[in-house]
Amino acid sequence: MSLAAATIPAPSIEYSQLAPMLIVFGAAVVGVLVEAFAPRHLRRPAHLVLSLGGLATAFVLTCVIAGSASIFANGSPGHNAAMGAVAVDRPTLFIQGTILVLAFVSVLLIADSAQDVSPFAGQAAAAPGSPEEREGLLAGLVHTEIYPLTLFAVGGMLLFPASNDLLTMFVALEVLSLPLYLLCGLARRRRLLSHEAAVKYFLLGAFSSAFFLFGIAMLYGYSGSVSLAAIASTVSSNTGSTTLLFAGIALTGLGLLFKIGAVPFQSWKPDVYQGAPTPVTALMASCTVVSAFGALLRVFYVAFGNLTWDWRPAMWAVAILTMVIGAIIAITQTDVKRLLAYSSIAHAGFILTAVIAASAAGLSSSLFYLAAYGFTTVGAFAVITLVRDPGGEADHLSRWAGLGKRSPLVAGIFAFFLLAFAGIPLTSGFTGKFAVFQAAVAGGATPLVIVGVLASAIAAFFYVRVIVLMFFSDPVPDGPEVVVPSLFTGTAVGLGAVATLVLGIVPGPVLDLANHAATQLFVR
Amino acid sequence: MNGFPWLTVAGAIPLAGALLLALVPATPADGAEADRRAREQLVKALALVFSLAALAVVIVIAVRFNVSGPDFQFTESYSWIPQFGVHYALGVDGIALVLIGMTAVLMPVVILASWHDVPAAARHSVKTYFALMLVLETMMIGVFAATDVFLFYVFFEAMLIPMYFMIGSYGTGPRQYAAVKFLLYSLLGGLLMLVAVIALYVQATRSAATGFHGSFLFSELVHVSLSPAVQKWLFLGFFIAFAIKAPLWPFHTWLPDAAASAQPGAAVLMLGVMDKVGTFGMIRYCLELFPAAARYFTPLILTLAVIAILYGAIVAIGQTSLKRLIGYTSISHFGFIALGIFAMTTQGQSGATFYMVNHGFATGALFILAGFLIARRGSDRIADYGGVQKVAPLLAGLFLVSGLAGLSLPGLSTFVSEFLVLVGTFTRYKVAASFATAGIILASIYILWMYQRTMTGPVRDEVAGMPDLRPRELWAVAPLVALIIATGVYPKPVLDIINPAVRATMTQIHVTDPAPPHPAPAYLNNTTAYLKTAHPAAAQKGILP
Repeated sequence: MSLAAATIPAPSIEYSQLAPMLIVFGAAVVGVLVEAFAPRHLRRPAHLVLSLGGLATAFVLTCVIAGSASIFANGSPGHNAAMGAVAVDRPTLFIQGTILVLAFVSVLLIADSAQDVSPFAGQAAAAPGSPEEREGLLAGLVHTEIYPLTLFAVGGMLLFPASNDLLTMFVALEVLSLPLYLLCGLARRRRLLSHEAAVKYFLLGAFSSAFFLFGIAMLYGYSGSVSLAAIASTVSSNTGSTTLLFAGIALTGLGLLFKIGAVPFQSWKPDVYQGAPTPVTALMASCTVVSAFGALLRVFYVAFGNLTWDWRPAMWAVAILTMVIGAIIAITQTDVKRLLAYSSIAHAGFILTAVIAASAAGLSSSLFYLAAYGFTTVGAFAVITLVRDPGGEADHLSRWAGLGKRSPLVAGIFAFFLLAFAGIPLTSGFTGKFAVFQAAVAGGATPLVIVGVLASAIAAFFYVRVIVLMFFSDPVPDGPEVVVPSLFTGTAVGLGAVATLVLGIVPGPVLDLANHAATQLFVR
Repeated sequence: MNGFPWLTVAGAIPLAGALLLALVPATPADGAEADRRAREQLVKALALVFSLAALAVVIVIAVRFNVSGPDFQFTESYSWIPQFGVHYALGVDGIALVLIGMTAVLMPVVILASWHDVPAAARHSVKTYFALMLVLETMMIGVFAATDVFLFYVFFEAMLIPMYFMIGSYGTGPRQYAAVKFLLYSLLGGLLMLVAVIALYVQATRSAATGFHGSFLFSELVHVSLSPAVQKWLFLGFFIAFAIKAPLWPFHTWLPDAAASAQPGAAVLMLGVMDKVGTFGMIRYCLELFPAAARYFTPLILTLAVIAILYGAIVAIGQTSLKRLIGYTSISHFGFIALGIFAMTTQGQSGATFYMVNHGFATGALFILAGFLIARRGSDRIADYGGVQKVAPLLAGLFLVSGLAGLSLPGLSTFVSEFLVLVGTFTRYKVAASFATAGIILASIYILWMYQRTMTGPVRDEVAGMPDLRPRELWAVAPLVALIIATGVYPKPVLDIINPAVRATMTQIHVTDPAPPHPAPAYLNNTTAYLKTAHPAAAQKGILP
């Protein structure tokens, strides 16, 4: 075949099925244009309309696709869109819907400017509170590119769990990570910490991406394809070098486990969560974790679904380490954001117990847990933005002493979130924990569940310690003030609290949704 | 089956009260003293009214309860989380009914007794304290009434939170330490139970008894057949949680701390009601769901129970603090209750159930009176008292009666229950019963010596001006003392309610009472017994079944 005769066929793209991602990316691109052409005073309102409108539209379209009869006709588990690069199936749509709602709430937090200034640095050179900064603010020198960056990250997060081949997945991983590295470094207060967080996240993230890419190469060498389905069929036909296969599993697994912050790839999490501006932490702690778990589930259920006997032992070890180390190290933390970072590590371990089950129940309970945990997390970080010292957020736990006396409502809501993290009944945390542990026991992982409940007991200790501080200790003199939440932050806190309560008391509908999403597993 | 939801109403009334209390606006910071007082009075009166309303509903339930009717009455069942087969299912048998009755009686008493327990300069508002109490009552009624294991677990765990705040926020001394210790111990037990609950559910999904769809309904779970090994593990999961809750030696160490740090009212609810959930759980869930495992572990548990009886009593003798002393006596009493339950005889279990109720009233009265005493003198140390009976005869007299109930004096209700427990144990486990009987002697030492040190002797200077019981305080304690005496003299109505439930339990666990010592010739109706009589040598070698 001569080169001249070869024409590159135009790929067929199912635009309607990819609409949610396209809209989010489109809004991001338009956001960049707004940043370039719109006058300064119009930028923030324009970005708000674009981001919130884009996310909301994308969510509506996700629901429309999930209800579409043509994609799921005749009991089909879904459809491979864009020449097989992107999967449109029910678990993915559930994950994408969750990400979109959580991202919407996070954007509300990011956009909050009811406090005198936003949590993001206006100019890198102007120290917080200095006259230069004030002048800059008056001149409107603020980082409004935060919004398009966030949208790019969210777009990457939507694509990450939907990628049906490893190269698309890698691209999605980078699209979601790069804006996050930037966002981490934009804190207005405590900039050194923020910069450290950004650099650390970037370096370690780059390493893990490299490992992930290396793993893709191994798997390509094994099966001659980067498509997850092709890898799965090579596995079942039992051809190819198992050395390459196992190296590939290990390296791609490493890249994914890094993103969810599983031990031993967790060391970035506390530093990044602490240093990043709190709204960005909320975005990472909720949306990124959901997205990364989605990708992990897809890779291990679709590509390595027939190899559960091979990867399970390693996953057992990772899950145990993640639960135990996350819970134990959290005990010694004195910074509330670091504390929540370690708690997020422990929770990643709990979800891994269900991932290991490799069953429909495992998938559906992971989905439910991710949704429940995401809402609680966003709410908790929203509360953190409210508790402020003159020098910024009062992150040190000693400053929280006696908060229950000073503002019972905020402290009460935070205590409620902590109880949900601890898995006390009548909160979403309990329902989620019950669901994942039930899937794990049904999958024969009872010892893992016993480790899980012991880790929960340890974790309960540090959640309870914060409650003790807030309610049973006497207030510190000149303690932090609790600012009255603006409409945006108030909505975020309220949504988090309501979701945490509703998913604890009447979890039926969402469980149904998750079960429905998981019955046919992923499309291949 | 879903008639008028009596139990839901009984449980919802306190919750509604708590919500109403929360709506009472707080006093503005610059509010007048009189305004603050008026609001506090309103809050307390509302709390009392709602607890009395709940009591009224519970009395109606008790009156309408048909002793010869089905095992579970007033049943309600609605699907709650269909994905897990979870039901909102309530119902009471005799055992649950008397415990709900005890809860409902203790609640107004405790509210009345705690009238001034939140000092004016409190760290927290009065209304929160009373709202927490009412929330706790809802959960306690729920935990006894639940006939769905998941629902039971939800109440079992959620119950901890109000109590945790009551100890941690309103307690005295090292209250933070005590509250955290209490919560962590209970959570650990609860989480182990969670594993067992999940595993039980997973077993149920594989059982034809639930139609392979999984269920948490107690009525269906009792028919799920479990392999012996699985039964043992699940039994341990439940039992450890209950043993921590009850608490049984060696899981007891949180109790004295919590009892000493809590306000008297909170301590009464904790010792009197919450801890009964542990023993209630043993008789309802450990025995009925895992009968074979329960029989297997019986020797171990009886040993622990006897150790608890003696250990609790001996350590109580050595205490210098009133609250801790009563805390340790409870450990001894919980030993008796566990002994009665696992003796696996009708008398033992009836006695144990009756004991749970009596302990709630007797220890409740004793603790409330000790609280009055401590509030007057401002000290918890026994050595700080002396000669109280001369200045406050009424207080001292009621203290003595409650104390004597603690040592099971004949004529008081505790005697009936302790006697039943010991008789029930003796017919099967003579050694355990003999050791346990020593607990009675020790009980008279710790009670009488405490009374002697605090109430008799020369009047100490600090005690001299001590006022006797006020009418409010008298109204709080008198009903309890009256109940102790009344059911001591005429226990039949209560035992009539308990006995059918105990017989149903015994049937479920396939245990019959041992034959009396001089029975009619057993071979008339029992081949094995005949063979044993006829061939004693074969029986000794274990050839016979």
